[in-house]
Amino acid sequence: MNVVPVQPPGEPAGPARNEPPALELRGVDKHFGAVHANRSVSLTIAAGTVHGLVGENGAGKSTLMNIVYGYHRADAGEIRVHGRRADFRRPHDAIAAGIGMVHQHFMLVENFTVLENVVLGAEGGRWLAQGLARARAELERIARNHGLAVPLDAVVEQLPVGMQQRVEILKALYRGAEILILDEPTAVLTPQETSQLFTLLGRLREQGKTVIIVTHKLREIMAVTDRVTVMRQGAVVHETDTSATSERALAEQMVGRSVLLQVEKTPARPGGVLLAVKDLEVRDRFGVPRVRRASFELRAGEILGIAGVAGNGQTELLEALAGILTPTRGEIVLQGRNLVRGRVGPRERRRLGLAHVPEDRLRMGIIGDFTAQDNAILGQQDRPAFSRGGFLRRAAIAAACEHKLRNYDVRPPEPGRLLSAFSGGNQQKLVLAREIDGDPQVLLIGQPTRGVDIGAVEFIHRQLVALRDAGKGLLLVSVELDEILGLSDRILVMFGGEIVAELSRAEATEQKLGLLMAGVKEGAA
Amino acid sequence: MSAPGRLPRWADVGLLPIVSLVAAFAVSAAIIAAAGENPWTALRLLAAGAFGSQEAVGYTLYYATNFIFTGLAVAVALHAGLFNIGCEGQAYLGGLGVGLVGLALDRHWPFWAILPTAVGAAAVFGAAWAFIPAWLQARRGSHIVITTIMFNFIASALMTYLLVNVLIKPGQQSPESRELAAAACLPGMRALLAPLGIHLSPSPLNLAFLLALAASALVWVYLWRTRWGYALRTAGKNPVAAVYAGISPSRVTITAMLISGALAGGLGLNEVMGVQHRLLLDFPGGAGFVGIAVALMGRNHPVGIILAAVLFGGLYQGGSELSFDLPHLNRDMIVVIQGLVILACGALENLFRAPLTAVLARRPQNEAE
Amino acid sequence: METYTLIVLLLAATIRVATPLLLAALGGMFSERAGVIDLGLEGKMLGAAFASAAVAAVTGSAWAGLGAGILVSVALALLIGFAGITHRGNQVVAAMAVNIMVAGLGPSLALAWFGLGGQTPQLNAPSQRFLEITWPWAEQARATPAPGLLYAELLSGHSLLVYFAAALVPAAAWVLHGTRFGLRLRAVGENPAAVDTAGLSVNGLRYQAVLISGVLCGVAGTYLSTAASAGFVRDMTAGKGYLALAALIFGKWRPYPTLGACLLFAFTDALAARLQGVALPVVGVIPVQFILALPYVLTVLLLAGFVGKAVAPKAIGVPYAKED
Repeated sequence: MNVVPVQPPGEPAGPARNEPPALELRGVDKHFGAVHANRSVSLTIAAGTVHGLVGENGAGKSTLMNIVYGYHRADAGEIRVHGRRADFRRPHDAIAAGIGMVHQHFMLVENFTVLENVVLGAEGGRWLAQGLARARAELERIARNHGLAVPLDAVVEQLPVGMQQRVEILKALYRGAEILILDEPTAVLTPQETSQLFTLLGRLREQGKTVIIVTHKLREIMAVTDRVTVMRQGAVVHETDTSATSERALAEQMVGRSVLLQVEKTPARPGGVLLAVKDLEVRDRFGVPRVRRASFELRAGEILGIAGVAGNGQTELLEALAGILTPTRGEIVLQGRNLVRGRVGPRERRRLGLAHVPEDRLRMGIIGDFTAQDNAILGQQDRPAFSRGGFLRRAAIAAACEHKLRNYDVRPPEPGRLLSAFSGGNQQKLVLAREIDGDPQVLLIGQPTRGVDIGAVEFIHRQLVALRDAGKGLLLVSVELDEILGLSDRILVMFGGEIVAELSRAEATEQKLGLLMAGVKEGAA
Repeated sequence: MSAPGRLPRWADVGLLPIVSLVAAFAVSAAIIAAAGENPWTALRLLAAGAFGSQEAVGYTLYYATNFIFTGLAVAVALHAGLFNIGCEGQAYLGGLGVGLVGLALDRHWPFWAILPTAVGAAAVFGAAWAFIPAWLQARRGSHIVITTIMFNFIASALMTYLLVNVLIKPGQQSPESRELAAAACLPGMRALLAPLGIHLSPSPLNLAFLLALAASALVWVYLWRTRWGYALRTAGKNPVAAVYAGISPSRVTITAMLISGALAGGLGLNEVMGVQHRLLLDFPGGAGFVGIAVALMGRNHPVGIILAAVLFGGLYQGGSELSFDLPHLNRDMIVVIQGLVILACGALENLFRAPLTAVLARRPQNEAE
Repeated sequence: METYTLIVLLLAATIRVATPLLLAALGGMFSERAGVIDLGLEGKMLGAAFASAAVAAVTGSAWAGLGAGILVSVALALLIGFAGITHRGNQVVAAMAVNIMVAGLGPSLALAWFGLGGQTPQLNAPSQRFLEITWPWAEQARATPAPGLLYAELLSGHSLLVYFAAALVPAAAWVLHGTRFGLRLRAVGENPAAVDTAGLSVNGLRYQAVLISGVLCGVAGTYLSTAASAGFVRDMTAGKGYLALAALIFGKWRPYPTLGACLLFAFTDALAARLQGVALPVVGVIPVQFILALPYVLTVLLLAGFVGKAVAPKAIGVPYAKED
């Protein structure tokens, strides 16, 4: 990320003498049903610092912060705020104790004005008019002090995302927050907005506020924090001063293994072009272009990796290729057939040999209330193997499903079991099994190992390489650089919806990719 | 949004509806007691009135025929994630279709030719009335619950107009059509079974009951044994996954509502061709709403729907007998029970689910996790 | 009768028909703006109509009847809330269940308690009803048609509950937009998570909203059985609850437009009653059914976006559950 590092403050940002820590957690434990989200977490955050909390998706960071904010209640453990024991039953209690939180998904009422959003829950009296007038004066003061200019009378849904985030921060400050928690604050921001945010956080620290920033982006941690805590699988595994660590060290702690994955594979022997994309443009429902003029070719017998920070158009590219989103211009040619002009839908594309493992499999790829075998034919329901004359071939479906479950070690291998009764990792494996075993010519695969346990990662990677060696074309989208580097034969980098670079595996290095992903042009590198 | 625990499937399908039903009946008993009657006596009379004689069973199954049709209609829509409150109006229009076919053809065509035409007309008219709300939901996002309610009222106004001004038998006061000739009437069950040496007491039970059972079987095959049914259930459970799988949720919305309306139209066969032998006002008589209770209680499964429809048929038949012996009760009490069953089975499930899950969870289990 | 008088009488009838619609629709507005679908207007009104008539008959006091009507309506509202808010059941199903249950319960209890085949005893004594209030000099004013008849028929000569309903419109608008409660209510119907993280209780707010709807439906039902008529009869709401809901949607969930929709729908109703069998110039006899169906057709057209666009509160019908 192209981030302005926060200047170290004149005085040491560390804990002032004798001052109790802003936040102290001891043995915080939380279960959601069978999921052990937080395992006896202990954590100390000094007042007046910016503290980073990092970990992979599902490491329990957000849950922990939601407990601190009183949104969830811990099953066990103790929380102290500025040395005082706190027992938060609801956000109200946390707010009263001076804690503010900016959630990953903003908690704003979209058709309210900024002013109305800020005062909601702290209106200062029964009658709105006086309350709003008082709030306006107070907010103007806060805005001046922190350099947080926000148009108070604008309707929130008409503001850009970065501005909406400022409203959230303003909301917390208006309620007198001394401790500000930001959950994945940069996930939706442009690089410019990100650097503005970090400047703001630095100013807040100077004024004595404590900031906790939850993220999985290590570059940002290095740029903005004083101290950092690493979480893995619900537990704290590492804590250190930021100045005493490096991205690589943090990454190893996060993942829990030595980082670079070695995937056994021979050099690719690319064949003819399977999929050609020309000048593709995809807009979201607000008309904002998400993919801009993307052009590339995918050949038989190669894995083409698409690297990029999440939210730079990879998702939309994948969905447009799969036929879920309709491009506003450009061409997608699959084995000589123009899919865009022919208005070929997802089902037809599958029949033409295009398989798709979606990024968010649990949302898009499965139906929890269906059995495993009904899930195993999703998208393939009208193949002759599974239905004839409109009638489903139940016996064949069950047999094929059991085969997949056993091959991919999905446990238990019971085709008649409801999918929601399988663990998340096993659900993931079923989707992969379905798409990979469907004999595709081209496989679109998003975040293949997200949410999968480490043991299964190797297995999945081997399957992908085997598919390549069988002469298929694979388009791999992943935000995990290691995965891209480990699997790809050729790498495209996406930034701001554009394909900004194409590299052969040999010339690609982590650093080079990192810069490209951050939008730094090659010349500048 | 996963519940804290998971109810085993057999309990979810079998036990939960029974627990809900028992709760609904317990509250009903309390109301009956408050009305000054003994609930046990009422229950005994109800059971005897519904199932105590061949004739009673005949009436019970005649009512159940209507409820099977509307219950299936509600269930098919629910499988597609749609709440069709408009079965009442769709059934009304379906009956209009049946009546028009009968009035037009009964003096010209034989029964065997009129029957399939009438079945087709019931389905087409019912489906047509469901099509507009479906299209509005699919293409313009209009809330189907509201539009189907509005269409019930519009159907009612339309039918009143037609019967009062157009279809009324000349020289008659009450808004009814002329009587249909025998060629446009469904044979009663008594007449159907007599050749087989089975002699039944007279009752309104007719061929439409067998058509309802056939419709149940077809619905089952469609939903669970065809790829179209698979698509329908997929779109109902997870529209995002449906798009991913190449299934168009809006097309499913329209298909499901067409099937739903067609099924609701089946009620017209039972009422117009089977029993009344004419078109008259308000022959659906609330069966469209009973269909909601039947579908919810029957877990949206044809077998469950048939069972629930027979139960409600029994309530309706037994209920009309109640008032002869218990001066403080009448058929209205059945409507109360109906409402309570919908509440318990459809909206208060979670009230019973949590304790039931807790009880069952104490038993040893071999879960994967 | 001359046309002018006819029109004034038609408008007076419109006001009377609109009153229960307006009361229920405003109640529904609070509920729906808080994100709870209010399909139960019909059942709550009907329950209140029965309870108020029954209690007024027994006690001889219309006010006691009003209290009972409100009590029953609120109890039903809480029942729907219990299913739909606390237990996150389907709000539509819960409301339909209550509507159906009440449709049977009223006549059942009427039979059991009064032995009168589904209705309550006639309310004969003036104290049992909310009768028309005649304003000073109203009778004398009738003599002068232009302002006088308007005064006598439109301003004077309505039940107390009519004036209450009229006063309720600005009050509701003010509560919704001028108070802290209104701000929170609107927020909870749009984004309950925002309300939750702002430290407020989502379910608490929704219960308050549902409670208000219960109270107003209670008044509406009481009006039907103790003001508009003299006692409860089977199915006396006859779909007015659904019509009120249609008016609420037609009014785009806002107080003044909802008032307008109620008046429009009531006018069609009053007109239909007037035009029964009357041949008009040019068009001849208009079937009353067409006029009666008009509000429903208009609402469908509005929902379809053919006449304006009704945007419902975003979180309507979705029970609130915290994310894991």
